[in-house]
Amino acid sequence: MDILLQQLINGVTLGAVYALVALGYTMVYGIIGLINFAHGEVVMIGAMVAFTVITSLAAHTQLPPLLILLIGLVVAAPTCMLLGYGLERLAYRPLRHAPRLTPLITAIGMSIVLQNVAMIIWGRNYINFPQMIDKTSYHIGNALITNVQVAILFLSALTMVGLMWLVYRTKLGTAMRATAQDQMVAGLMGVNINRVIAAAFVIGSALAALAGLMVGTYYEIAHYQMGFMLGLKAFTAAVLGGIGNLAGAMAGGLLLGIIEALGAGYIGDLTGGFLGSHYQDIFAFFVLITVLVFRPSGLLGERVGERA
Amino acid sequence: MLEVRNLHVAYGGVKAVKGIDLVVAEGETVCLIGANGAGKTTTLKALARVVPGQGEIRYRGQDILHWPSYKLVGEGMALVPEGRGVFSRLTVAENLAMGAYCRNDKDGIAADLERVYKLLPRLKEREKQIAGTLSGGEQQMLAIGRALMCRPRLLLLDEPSMGLAPIMVQKVFEVIQSVAAEGVTILLVEQNAQLALSIAARGYVMESGAVTLSDKADALLTNPKVREAYLGGE
Repeated sequence: MDILLQQLINGVTLGAVYALVALGYTMVYGIIGLINFAHGEVVMIGAMVAFTVITSLAAHTQLPPLLILLIGLVVAAPTCMLLGYGLERLAYRPLRHAPRLTPLITAIGMSIVLQNVAMIIWGRNYINFPQMIDKTSYHIGNALITNVQVAILFLSALTMVGLMWLVYRTKLGTAMRATAQDQMVAGLMGVNINRVIAAAFVIGSALAALAGLMVGTYYEIAHYQMGFMLGLKAFTAAVLGGIGNLAGAMAGGLLLGIIEALGAGYIGDLTGGFLGSHYQDIFAFFVLITVLVFRPSGLLGERVGERA
Repeated sequence: MLEVRNLHVAYGGVKAVKGIDLVVAEGETVCLIGANGAGKTTTLKALARVVPGQGEIRYRGQDILHWPSYKLVGEGMALVPEGRGVFSRLTVAENLAMGAYCRNDKDGIAADLERVYKLLPRLKEREKQIAGTLSGGEQQMLAIGRALMCRPRLLLLDEPSMGLAPIMVQKVFEVIQSVAAEGVTILLVEQNAQLALSIAARGYVMESGAVTLSDKADALLTNPKVREAYLGGE
């Protein structure tokens, strides 16, 4: 088997999910300069809600599996969008003019609250995601790609194209970009700033729900703490690409996924068998530290000066 | 069109505007002159509801003191802010589209875009260009063109000549005059008192947060006090 190619395929798949989550971080940061640390938990809630819907439909109905997955998404997405809106409205908006550290700490607090709520609802154990798709693999050279991976890649790409269209071709998107640059002047143009900010949260949360469903289906497992590490990595991806920059979040996500997968594939060889692939998480944080030290504005970001 | 009574604005503990009265009638061009830090910009910002003020602000008969700023555009009040405030990472066309944000009449917007391009042909040439790459004068033109896209009844202009080369200042003021000639009411804040008074019908002079003088523009131009303080003596 071709390890390099195989790990590239795995990395791109993982990276596509990171990219979706990173977009949520970067959209919010771009507009209000807040790192919404509870965003990873929105992904987790998306996965959990989708899990609940999918398992109960699979147990009680004869619907085709793909339709069940779709219904899972159709329920999880609005739930997450409502959650994202609620976070902005109740936790962050009252702190809009507070010192930067205040909303940041609030975000960490919301992350803890959501984890605990999820633990109360779904329990503290790992949850097995029902396997809805019969896995088949296709050969690419000497490596394999599964139909789940293909689906993740296809859906992510489609979603990102849709997001780019929204941001660069619609009135709402133009208003979002204008607000990100100058809130006062956007207000003078007649833009209701609060609505644009809420829209950024809601759209990011919809992407998070999709990411949650994908992660659950891919790893076939869910847990109330799954959002924490995923969120940190997606945040790393956003920083890597240049936080506040949409294309950067996508590039950063893909790159981070690839770095992680290659790292996991070769870490044994690199350390003479001392470290195994379960140490793959260190690569993400190695990347984060390297970027913060050598290029804090990220690959595609502009110089942002001193921001939280 | 606009009636302001006893307007106060404070930033933190600092009173920037201390109870001014101001009236602008429909179709009039009025200017507000004064030295740096006199409170002119703050007054305009309070009128556009970008900063909170106290007192009475009546626009077309309605008390707008507590309105959110984004609602005023729909009512035909547009502010071209100090320093132009163009969206530097958006294209010229996108900036102009933002000017029409509060409108939904596609045909009307397209017609107004044509009008703005006719008035400011430079913008048409640079339609696809990122606004941040325009010269200062072009950015000022863009800011004015963008404000015109909402079909304003009342246009508030804050220091349109600031930082521009003399020839560009001349052009900007020609544009302002042609906008006024179309019947748009204008309240102009300017440090260049000579220029402002030359296109305005009336003027107010502000000093440390208060209006100290108000008169017809030509009377102010010949007023010895104004001449000494703002028109370079003689």
